[in-house]
Amino acid sequence: MPAEPSATSARPGRRLVVAKRIGNYALLSAVAFVVLFPIYITVVNSLIPTKEILQRPPTFFPTSPRFGAYTEAFGAGHLGRYLVNSFVVASLITVGQVGTAILAAYAFAFLDFPFKRTLFFAFLATLMVPFEVTIVANYDTIVNRLGWGDSYQGLVLPFLATGFAAFLLRQTFLGVPRDLRDAAALDGYGHLRFLARVVVPLARPTIAALGVFSFLLAWNQYLWPLIVTNDERYRTVQIGLKALRGQSLDRLDVVFAGTIIAAIPIFVLLIVFNRQLIRGLTQGAVKG
Amino acid sequence: MNASVGAAAPVGDARRRRRRREVSLAYLLVLPSLLVFGVFAFYPLVRTFQEGLYLVSPQGERLRFLGLEQYRDVLVSETFRNSMWITAKFVVLTVPGGLVLGLGLALLAHRRLKGIAIFRTVFSSTVATSVAVASVMWLTLIGPQFGLLNYWLGREGTNAIDLLQDPNTALYAVALSTIWQNLGAVFIIMLAGLQAVPDELLEAARIDGAGAWSRFRHITLPLLSPVLLFASVILTLNAFQAFGQIDLLTPGGGPLKSTNVIVYDIYDKAFRGGSSDIGVASATAGLLFLVLLALTLAQFRFLERRVFYAG
Repeated sequence: MPAEPSATSARPGRRLVVAKRIGNYALLSAVAFVVLFPIYITVVNSLIPTKEILQRPPTFFPTSPRFGAYTEAFGAGHLGRYLVNSFVVASLITVGQVGTAILAAYAFAFLDFPFKRTLFFAFLATLMVPFEVTIVANYDTIVNRLGWGDSYQGLVLPFLATGFAAFLLRQTFLGVPRDLRDAAALDGYGHLRFLARVVVPLARPTIAALGVFSFLLAWNQYLWPLIVTNDERYRTVQIGLKALRGQSLDRLDVVFAGTIIAAIPIFVLLIVFNRQLIRGLTQGAVKG
Repeated sequence: MNASVGAAAPVGDARRRRRRREVSLAYLLVLPSLLVFGVFAFYPLVRTFQEGLYLVSPQGERLRFLGLEQYRDVLVSETFRNSMWITAKFVVLTVPGGLVLGLGLALLAHRRLKGIAIFRTVFSSTVATSVAVASVMWLTLIGPQFGLLNYWLGREGTNAIDLLQDPNTALYAVALSTIWQNLGAVFIIMLAGLQAVPDELLEAARIDGAGAWSRFRHITLPLLSPVLLFASVILTLNAFQAFGQIDLLTPGGGPLKSTNVIVYDIYDKAFRGGSSDIGVASATAGLLFLVLLALTLAQFRFLERRVFYAG
């Protein structure tokens, strides 16, 4: 990494450089403030009574914050249950998507079989079928025919495989040297052992990125959980937010507390897996 | 790869057996994915088009065959054209603005400064907000009564405006919240794009006396074009599939149906109230599929010519 442009050492005025740097920080901070403002004010509103939220001039700094809205959101708002549901559903979807993608990607990257190209094309074609388009027919399958409305399997099943995941892992697996396969075969490794012991460990960064990304998307799902769940016992946290907003018009603080609660798991995920998430998002955008 | 030609008989036998095993293993490995795709993507797609040909009862029984007539009726119907128009407006409101803001943030954060990582995390933070979370957060600004926008505009009490209840502004308000929600993801994509632009190129141009704007215009922007294409495709498809923000901010499709985007229209017809019309909803979904397909293909073809692919 080259350091600061070397021209600065020609000192056209050290003070100018310092001023410029301060200007940079000021600009960055101002923009950061604007970007974060809705989140900040939501936090503030979750800590003050509804009466105060409606008051003018508004409160920007809560002088005596209270956490009652959070207990209320967990208690009367059932947010605890919704969080558990979201967690179960998003985890199952993530494991399923990554698992099915690893298996299929191996076949496409390392094995030869009739109709390979046709099948691969079918995988890619699924990328052209947005879930929103098939939602009416899928509702019929899951709810009317299988009777899986208000169930975990109904929430999870349609998302257990994606063309994107399989495609991404196939590209990664193709980067694994063929020699490794030959060497492993000489050591008596069958395909499955080679996949588990060599290919998966080598592709770990991509698999991790895919996992984080799948979890994020699954956690944030809205339309499908909205239509297949009526029972509170299977409601996910996103739909819980909608319910909260509908019910407690006079308890705005609870609505905002619920929003923060729903957002926190993903913010933690973002901070812990920052690198993986960025990788997941930029796959396909930038080479290498 | 076909290597089994001309081998001695016993060796060929073993090889053939191994080959057969490999083929069955391959099918076994793709089977789970194929099952999911078959049941939840291809079959429902075909069924959607089929169902669009029928008059269907709310319980899902096909009552009468209407044929392509139903598609024609939907195409010329007021609601469909209205939703398509609203969706198109929503795309125009969210995509270019989202791209420009995301690129702006990325340009700001693409410099070597102590602590820049913190700013990068902040700029990408909205990637952690779901559509539901982002929408409720925006209520703090655009909500009725308590929204801060009214306070900033100096409008109080009876003078207060409710952007979400005014058919002229509801879509704009929803678009703002959408742009904000997308900002984190677009920022991340753009920053990765900027980081892939080789420093040496920019340095060489600087030495040749190119100014900051000219370096951006003639080096960064062309090299960034694949990333811009990628982001614009994602944002456009997202905008066409917008639903959650409509449902949360303007339940029912907004005042005078002014935010009744196409996916909301499908949801409205299929799942809301006793008057659900599965046949019409399916025909609408089928048409949406065709629009999205054409759009994706066109976007790639159209932009491909103007995009500079390095290496």
